[in-house]
Amino acid sequence: MTLHTAAAPPAAPAPPGTAPRRRTNGHRLRGWGYASPTALFVLVLFVVPLVLVFRMSASKWPLLSGDQGINFPDNFTAAVDNRFFVDSVLFTLKYTFFATILLIGLGLGLAMLVQESSRWKGLLRTSFLVPSALGLASASLLFYVLYSPLVGPLAPVMEHFGWSFLGTPNAALASTLFLIVWRYAGFYMLLMLVGLQAIPSDIYEAARMDGASRWHTFWRITIPLLRPTLALTTILCVTGSLLAFEQFYILTKGGPDNSTITVVQLIYSVAFQGQNDLGVAAALSVIVLAALVVINVVQLRAFRGSDES
Amino acid sequence: MRITRTRTAGMRLAAGVLTAGLLVGLAACSRADDNSGSDGAAVTAGPDGTDDGTTLTLWTRAPLEKQAKLLVAAYNESHKNQVELTVVPNDDYVAKVGAAAGSGGLPDLFAADIVYVPNWVKQGLFQDLTAQIDGLSFKDAINKGHLAAGTADGKEHVLPFVLDLSMLFWNKDLYKEAGLDPDKGPANMTEYVANAKAIQALGKPDTYGTATGLNCGGCLVFTWFPSVWADGDQVMNADGTESLLNSDTAKSVYSSWKDLWDSGAVLPSSKDEAGPTWTAGFTEGKVGQMFYPATLLSSTTGFDVGVAGIPGPKGGESTFVGGDGIGVSKDSKNAAQAWNFLNWMMSEDAQVGVLAKDNDVVSRSDLANNEYAAKDPRLVTINEVAAKGDTPVALNFQQAFNAPNSPWLTLVRNAVLGDGSSVDKDNDEITAVLSQ
Repeated sequence: MTLHTAAAPPAAPAPPGTAPRRRTNGHRLRGWGYASPTALFVLVLFVVPLVLVFRMSASKWPLLSGDQGINFPDNFTAAVDNRFFVDSVLFTLKYTFFATILLIGLGLGLAMLVQESSRWKGLLRTSFLVPSALGLASASLLFYVLYSPLVGPLAPVMEHFGWSFLGTPNAALASTLFLIVWRYAGFYMLLMLVGLQAIPSDIYEAARMDGASRWHTFWRITIPLLRPTLALTTILCVTGSLLAFEQFYILTKGGPDNSTITVVQLIYSVAFQGQNDLGVAAALSVIVLAALVVINVVQLRAFRGSDES
Repeated sequence: MRITRTRTAGMRLAAGVLTAGLLVGLAACSRADDNSGSDGAAVTAGPDGTDDGTTLTLWTRAPLEKQAKLLVAAYNESHKNQVELTVVPNDDYVAKVGAAAGSGGLPDLFAADIVYVPNWVKQGLFQDLTAQIDGLSFKDAINKGHLAAGTADGKEHVLPFVLDLSMLFWNKDLYKEAGLDPDKGPANMTEYVANAKAIQALGKPDTYGTATGLNCGGCLVFTWFPSVWADGDQVMNADGTESLLNSDTAKSVYSSWKDLWDSGAVLPSSKDEAGPTWTAGFTEGKVGQMFYPATLLSSTTGFDVGVAGIPGPKGGESTFVGGDGIGVSKDSKNAAQAWNFLNWMMSEDAQVGVLAKDNDVVSRSDLANNEYAAKDPRLVTINEVAAKGDTPVALNFQQAFNAPNSPWLTLVRNAVLGDGSSVDKDNDEITAVLSQ
């Protein structure tokens, strides 16, 4: 059910009245009055920027001198020809794959842990959730210091092993994933917990009376009944990871040797760090937007399909 | 039911997008011809500008915060005009200026990293100050590199705000311990390598021969270009459209550093150093010698420091005349008042009374031997080397060198941390970016 709410556009006004009763003008005006604040917000904060991005992507638009007129489709060719385009797409997919597996798995594991144990429940829940209270940028800065081979508290360890957290491409990816897991596992735990608690306990009771093992109960009851929650968390996590920026911008800056450039970072660097070309950056954004729409449609279909079967 | 609802919502959205698109399209069209061309309006102001109690806004980036604060405080104390200073984090500065330039919201005055100035002047972000600058009696003494960077089509737009030079700094205490002459720095790269290895050979825990920022394009430009210049070579052609960083001199610089890195005489964190802490090792006394920004001389305390120009492979000395230039923005309505600040900034009161007093480099060569420099011979050295230094000018400088994923960074990392065989290929990549 959560799924359907998430898919519906926030802008949709209330469906037309079902009763064939004639409405007075006053009623109609009041209806518009209620809807207009939301409509205004959607227009100003969503539709206008979106259209602006589309226009930018089809225009020659340097950062410092502004709009210089339409040049479609040059920006899109330049975006795809960028020497980091392919690398950044591959890296973003790789990162998304690992982040989703880790977060969904750990979120579910932690949720089951805090649901089962009664004695330490409060303490555990709180301690898993606390990192979520920290902004991602602040968390990244915190880990930047922790990982620093110069000023970090772990510097002696790194020196002893002649190795550093952000020194090689794989270490940098793993270190960033650790930060993300630390920051988000609690949040996904909370979502999973809500899903778990929505499963009626008499189903478990019946299964126990039938002599089902714990493993069986998990596979045959928990997972199928948790599907809407799993769908929600997967979509959140995949979309969020595909748009990863802060953690890499602060921790690795795309390094070492340009091995950790995500797509959004590429957009940022094209716009503000060097090329200063908003047109090409907007073209990249449009490509990412299209990819996200496709990916989310596929995910929704997949989860919905298995829902109905 | 579900499906139909999504469809109508989709159509509604499409209609909305279309309508809004037309609106924005119109708005964008009518705005398009506002800011075109590089002919920034010429400032009309008397030789001293106007001091009538106007509030001026000034933006600068964080690395020059100390100098900017001192200058602004001294100006506000002695003038009716008041300057409001905004310090922006280094990494966000270009984005902030770019956004403000697009929306017509630039402050009255803003400083810019001198390597970006040619591009920003060409984009018309600064007003023309030719008449005012030509009216200065000491114009010939103003730092040439900065003036040249701000000159387009014979019109001058920018004055030096704060000079930052890269110099060779060495820790005299560590030199003494290693049996080196603490009063004499290395004369060429060979000696530099030998001295770094001698300090490394002390075997002191946490102490290294040298340090640099191998993941920081800006740091490497600032500290390694002078080694090329010191030998009389160039890093780019005169137009800044072709990279010459595969010359024999440049290759010799890379191989010296590769030798240092392979021998373990470089602070290990240098490998991943992206900029924020690239000077910290030396400041803490853990590094024997380093190519280091001269603006940090006043904050490098706790041990005795020797200062000299940066040597090349065969000797000589040079420096990167960096720092920030400052000009009146295209959006300023208070150009005459802004010129009053700039005019005062170039005066002896500001250059000697504020900057030199703080151990900073003055931007007028006729004031190089001032009372404060006389007390500290190291300042005289810095001021003298400044005259031999260079400021590279290229339109695509940021993308080619300073950006976190610049081809220059790739070149250096391959040459120093890799096997060093791809310099020519990587140099072509820099040229490709420069010539865009």
